[in-house]
Amino acid sequence: MNWTAIWAIYKFEMQRFFRTLMQSFLSPVLSTSLYFVVFGAAIGSRIDEVEGVSYGAFIVPGLIMLSVITQAISNASFGIYFPKFTGTIYELLSAPVNFLEIVFGYVGAAATKALFIGVVILFTAQFFVDLTIAHPLAMVLFLLLTCLSFALMGFIIGIWAENFEQLQLVPLLIVTPLIFLGGSFYSISMLPPVWQTITLFNPVVYLISGFRWSFFGLADVPIGLSLLAIAGFTALCLGFIWWIFKTGWRIRA
Amino acid sequence: MTAILTITDLKKTYDDGFKALKGVSLTIERGEILALLGPNGAGKTTLISTICGMVTPTSGTVTVDGHDTQADYRAARAMIGLVPQEIALQPFETVINTVRFSRGLFGKARNDAHIESVLRKLSLWDKKDTQITALSGGMKRRVLIAKALSHEPRILFLDEPTAGVDVALRKDMWDTVADLKADGVTIILTTHYIEEAEAIADRVGVITHGELLLVQDKETLMAQMGKKQIEVQLGEAIKAIPESLARFDVKLGEGGDSLVYTYDTHGERTGITGLLVALAEAGLVLRDVQTRQSSLEDIFVDLVDGEPA
Ligand SMILES: Nc1ncnc2c1ncn2[C@@H]1O[C@H](COP(=O)(O)OP(=O)(O)OP(=O)(O)O)[C@@H](O)[C@H]1O
Ligand SMILES: [Mg+2]
Repeated sequence: MNWTAIWAIYKFEMQRFFRTLMQSFLSPVLSTSLYFVVFGAAIGSRIDEVEGVSYGAFIVPGLIMLSVITQAISNASFGIYFPKFTGTIYELLSAPVNFLEIVFGYVGAAATKALFIGVVILFTAQFFVDLTIAHPLAMVLFLLLTCLSFALMGFIIGIWAENFEQLQLVPLLIVTPLIFLGGSFYSISMLPPVWQTITLFNPVVYLISGFRWSFFGLADVPIGLSLLAIAGFTALCLGFIWWIFKTGWRIRA
Repeated sequence: MTAILTITDLKKTYDDGFKALKGVSLTIERGEILALLGPNGAGKTTLISTICGMVTPTSGTVTVDGHDTQADYRAARAMIGLVPQEIALQPFETVINTVRFSRGLFGKARNDAHIESVLRKLSLWDKKDTQITALSGGMKRRVLIAKALSHEPRILFLDEPTAGVDVALRKDMWDTVADLKADGVTIILTTHYIEEAEAIADRVGVITHGELLLVQDKETLMAQMGKKQIEVQLGEAIKAIPESLARFDVKLGEGGDSLVYTYDTHGERTGITGLLVALAEAGLVLRDVQTRQSSLEDIFVDLVDGEPA
């Protein structure tokens, strides 16, 4: 392993983040507050509790997931797309590094940024609702795995994208709807039976359910299944990336 | 001298079926400067990209100091620095960060003294904290060179390093190349400026249509292919070349007061003595004599024109 190279990529990517730290910090604080005002106040006044948890608290895990997933994808996809766009990818391709090292650097940085946002949201939420975390270790594990796996997915999108529109396409058309329909702001059990079944095909359901379980001890699907889903998704992304570098798909002539 | 880079029957066919390299074999000696000349689209960049890892070869092998660039790419690539033809830089980074990044990417431990000396040598030190967007084109090109030198390569590829660089800077660049050579770095550069090859290269390779037409010692090349001319200034203008000089390849210069004789330095006999005797016998008075040697440019044009397109 060329750790120096991984560290060089990681640091380079993080520098951009630190240059805009204020912005990186303020935007999740602001959007979280807005969600609490809109969802918590407006809807929460009608829905008191979901399965014994106050609605305001109930949406926190979903809110974190929503931001973390979006951030992980956009940071990672942009991080690797930009060198392709500017042409600086030549340096990555001619450097004595293998695909794992490149992925560790870029995906690691993107996951770190997403994690940072997630933590900021968690703390912001404390100002609005009482939160106790039932299974802190599981919570951290889910959060880390989500940051990582979606950063991997973002990396793939960044390699695949041939222009800025395509870069936005997958997050906009697929990921965001899946998150919203994945029970971020409601419990699956609140849906009519048919929709409950359909929803089970949405992979994000397993994530959010597992993450919420780590907070409140309640889940839509068994926790083991949630872990399996996120682990499987991570493996899938890794396998795809391995194939990309093996074949040079979209990066090497 | 020993070979540091061995290219064997390297072929590259792009996805669209275009054969950009049609079997290039080349051995590069440790510490030499090789200039690759060739018209646009000849395959120079493709050759470099294939050696450096941006392009996967269709067939053939490349070894760098004994390390195969495919099987043992880590060892091979660690020795190579590359300055690409196109300027490619992350626009919002500072000069020093970009250059430090390159060093780290190549697995070298941080060394601020080395980075400083590279930046100073390329007159970039006072720009070290400037954003790339705020640099001129020539400065950006030097940043690319600084990036390539940041990890102390033993082989340096310069793909048209002086394109868009002013005359003074070009000379500086040549000095830098000479310094690197003195440090034992092997340099392969492509250029469209023949005087550049003439000024700094030890050997010259000519590529057209994906084939290496020749690789030769610069001096030998010029001596072998070069024609020399003698221009004789006459004391008085003449209307026609005297009969007695018919057996020589002489032409009457404009105005009739000079004669130009072309000969091959490579030939057994140059015929100069005979010509001078014949001139004296014809009663011509010589005011002055000059010799001219054809440049690499003339040789290059001859070579490339001689190739069927
Ligand atoms: N990715 C690619 N796909 C298809 N053809 C390509 C690709 N890259 C280069 N070529 C073709 O390969 C040939 C050689 O290109 P190359 O860039 O190696 O030329 P060059 O000698 O560097 O030219 P120049 O002096 O203009 O830089 C050209 O005809 C070019 O069109
Ligand atoms: Mg070129």
